[in-house]
Amino acid sequence: MSKPCCILLVEDDPADAHLTRMAFEEGHVRVNLEHVENGEEALAYLQGEGPYAGKDTPDLVLLDLNMPRMDGREFLREVKKLDHLRAIPVVVLTTSDAESDIYASYDQGAAGFVVKPVSIDDFIHQIRKLEDYWFELVRRPV
Amino acid sequence: MPSQQALFKVLLVEDEPADAHLVRLSFEEGRVMIDLHEVRDGVEALEYLRRQPPFTQAERPDLILLDLNMPRMNGQEFLREIKADEALKSIPVVVLTTSEAETDIQSSYHLGAAGFIVKPVDINDFIEQVQQLEHYWFKLVKRPEK
Repeated sequence: MSKPCCILLVEDDPADAHLTRMAFEEGHVRVNLEHVENGEEALAYLQGEGPYAGKDTPDLVLLDLNMPRMDGREFLREVKKLDHLRAIPVVVLTTSDAESDIYASYDQGAAGFVVKPVSIDDFIHQIRKLEDYWFELVRRPV
Repeated sequence: MPSQQALFKVLLVEDEPADAHLVRLSFEEGRVMIDLHEVRDGVEALEYLRRQPPFTQAERPDLILLDLNMPRMNGQEFLREIKADEALKSIPVVVLTTSEAETDIQSSYHLGAAGFIVKPVDINDFIEQVQQLEHYWFKLVKRPEK
């Protein structure tokens, strides 16, 4: 069996993180979902610092925008400055549909902006389509 | 086709007319109304995006599909230019190529590509790919309005 795809979920709300995990369990791709709670932890994870030493480099980062300590906007700005990390695709996953957030996210290098729906069934469908794109359609850096 | 359906604008940067034709055909098979514009290389693509002659009436695309191997300015050079341009860098760029070279994949994402698609040989596979692409960019994700 091939290695599962690794996704780093950056989300401070435990209920939202739980829902995302459930949606991936309903998906059709084997996913190792790693979860951190803010941008600071996400940067530490990606750089293998402290408790994150030896963790897999994610194939994709799913990023909430509104989080304490370091929010999604700041994380995106920081990660795209780091030469060895900037090739990792980052998709924003949020409840915001503010045009300014959408524009700023793409401007800072996001590779997608998904607005979470209210319905769990719609969310599962969204996650499947996200999987189709990132794990079937496109090639990603190894 | 309901006329009020959103019309998405795609700029295809491709030097090979046969390949461009195939992309157009595949979009026509898709479910989304696409307004596809074609240019032949990175130089033309930048002229188009900057509305320089003969593209003074050009509209900003929702998505750019980019071949890598082209004369004058290749895909990587184009990516570097557009992602350094404050007015243009928010437009998502997806590479669409026959190359499977790991170095091309790595450098494309590094330069800010939002996807890397290897064109299949079979036209039906290609149509399916284009539909997945449409679904992601025109149904799943939100894009900047302008």
